[in-house]
Amino acid sequence: MLSPVLLVPAVLNGLLTGAVYALVALGLTLIYGVLHIINFAHGALLTAAMFAAFFAQRLFGIDPYLAALVLTPLFFVVGYGLQRFVIGPAAHGDDRNVLLVTLGLAVVIENGLLFAFRADTRTVNLDYAFEVIDLGVVFLPLPRVIAFAVVLVVALALWLMLSLTDTGKAMRAVAKEKLGAELSGIDVAHIYAVTFGLGTACLAVAACLLLPTYYVNPHVGNAFVLVAFTIVVLGGMGSVAGALAGGLFVGVVESLCGLYLGESLGQIGIFIMFILVLLVRPSGLFGEPA
Amino acid sequence: MKGWSIAHILIVIALLAIVPLLTASNVVLNFLTVALLIALVGQGWNVLGGYGGQYSFGHAAFFGTGAYVTAILQTRYGINAWLGFALGILGGAMVGAVIGALTFRSGLKGSYFALVTLAFAEVLRIGASVAPVTGAGVGLLLALDLRPQAFQFQSRAPFYWIVLALVAVSLIVVRLIEHSRFGAWLVAVRENEEAAKALGVDAVRVKLAAITVSAAMTAAGGAFYAQYFLFIDSGIAYGPWISIEALLAPIIGGVGTVFGPLLGALVVKTLGELAKLVTGDAPGLDLVIYGSVLILVVAFAPRGIIGVLSDLRMRWTRLRASVAGRAHG
Repeated sequence: MLSPVLLVPAVLNGLLTGAVYALVALGLTLIYGVLHIINFAHGALLTAAMFAAFFAQRLFGIDPYLAALVLTPLFFVVGYGLQRFVIGPAAHGDDRNVLLVTLGLAVVIENGLLFAFRADTRTVNLDYAFEVIDLGVVFLPLPRVIAFAVVLVVALALWLMLSLTDTGKAMRAVAKEKLGAELSGIDVAHIYAVTFGLGTACLAVAACLLLPTYYVNPHVGNAFVLVAFTIVVLGGMGSVAGALAGGLFVGVVESLCGLYLGESLGQIGIFIMFILVLLVRPSGLFGEPA
Repeated sequence: MKGWSIAHILIVIALLAIVPLLTASNVVLNFLTVALLIALVGQGWNVLGGYGGQYSFGHAAFFGTGAYVTAILQTRYGINAWLGFALGILGGAMVGAVIGALTFRSGLKGSYFALVTLAFAEVLRIGASVAPVTGAGVGLLLALDLRPQAFQFQSRAPFYWIVLALVAVSLIVVRLIEHSRFGAWLVAVRENEEAAKALGVDAVRVKLAAITVSAAMTAAGGAFYAQYFLFIDSGIAYGPWISIEALLAPIIGGVGTVFGPLLGALVVKTLGELAKLVTGDAPGLDLVIYGSVLILVVAFAPRGIIGVLSDLRMRWTRLRASVAGRAHG
């Protein structure tokens, strides 16, 4: 077996990666929980957000963490508009159509970026990108520690919003009983769009957190989106706490698989886990049995 | 449109079959061959997705297996290309049966089914990109051997006729399924699985049969691809592009109809070529167009081109009837 000298950093690094996974999954699970649809455009929207953050830094010199303050509301509006004016009307109330429309959106966004910016992989240069925090047993990269903290704050804020605000209550009502909510005067189309907007806004935050230590290319979102699907399925579709726990868990599993099996097989580990969970327990490890 | 008969299919195929006699242009034949290949793969998707209502996002799993089985058997074991082609179809059908058995027995449907098929295709893609037997990252190159018994030809016309024959078989099979008891069960499962079960339809077995037939057709497309281009790698064989084109053709042409995939494939490939004419070799634009057309079709013409045509025909008949009525009145 491997010694703690290797194991502890692997687990901690896995937790840090897992936090960003959790944030991407949070957006997905929120949309699934309320709209009961799987958003196949999630990965492409993450890619778009990363390109936005990249060019904000490259062209205007805006630090990714500051860009998050602009991009998050912007992507909320994008998500709101997509659901309200594209996905909602095009679906005609059939879930199979939602699958196709979000898949179509993913293809358009991803290849639009490919067409505009080519397949080149880009990175930003920030002076704090290589700063580390010395914990004695392990060095942790500063940007990823910041990402971890921000994810926890965002998750808490989302949870508070869902429990305390009127919009949050309306979202939960629509999630539970769409028709009943509609009859009590809740504008379901608006709540759907708000939820989709929030899910997309999560991606903008994730993009800004990833940028300092990650690369950008037109396909970058795909790496995250299947991981996010796995997390959402693990944590139980629609569960915020499940997404957070699932994200951290998957981050650690990936890190350990990478350590023992090598980089590319680490990814296979995630897919196989995903298929197994879907086949054996589709309601997720934390979800209620269907 | 219900009235399509085997005779209609044979007429369409006969018309397409004379194209190589009219033109020797490699550009035209290559375009039509690729379009027919997509029609074949799309017809496979149509059996499961169109008639069975199970939307797969991972038909690359079957396409790639068909391609890899024949390519590996030829390059590593020196097996005859025609036999390899048949075994490729068989291999794809088996992968379909296994994926179907795993997913349908677990009761996965709708979004979950789409997700899990996508994941299976990705596992196979990553597996093929590292396993030595598939040539890993380098891919597999089939040796040039331009003899008919090696399934290779001097000109493009024989390839074209072969893929046309495969499309003909797929059209006839789908037409036979449509009018069979099995086809009725399949549509019943699509429309309302619970109701179908209550009436005694064994939904899991019906879906299992559908995915096996579907996978076999798509694998035939993959095996043909390997033979036609003589090169495959993990990104071509198991890549998301083929999963997308497999569903694009039937959705655009008319989902759950005999001619939908063929019509859709011709339209999609024409749009792709036009995009290339406009932008040259810039990557991405053809797929941007495909994605936009997919969204537009789902939004405004959920029954595809065939649906639009049948609506127009109905309107035309009504118009004529009303004009005739006025003339008499």
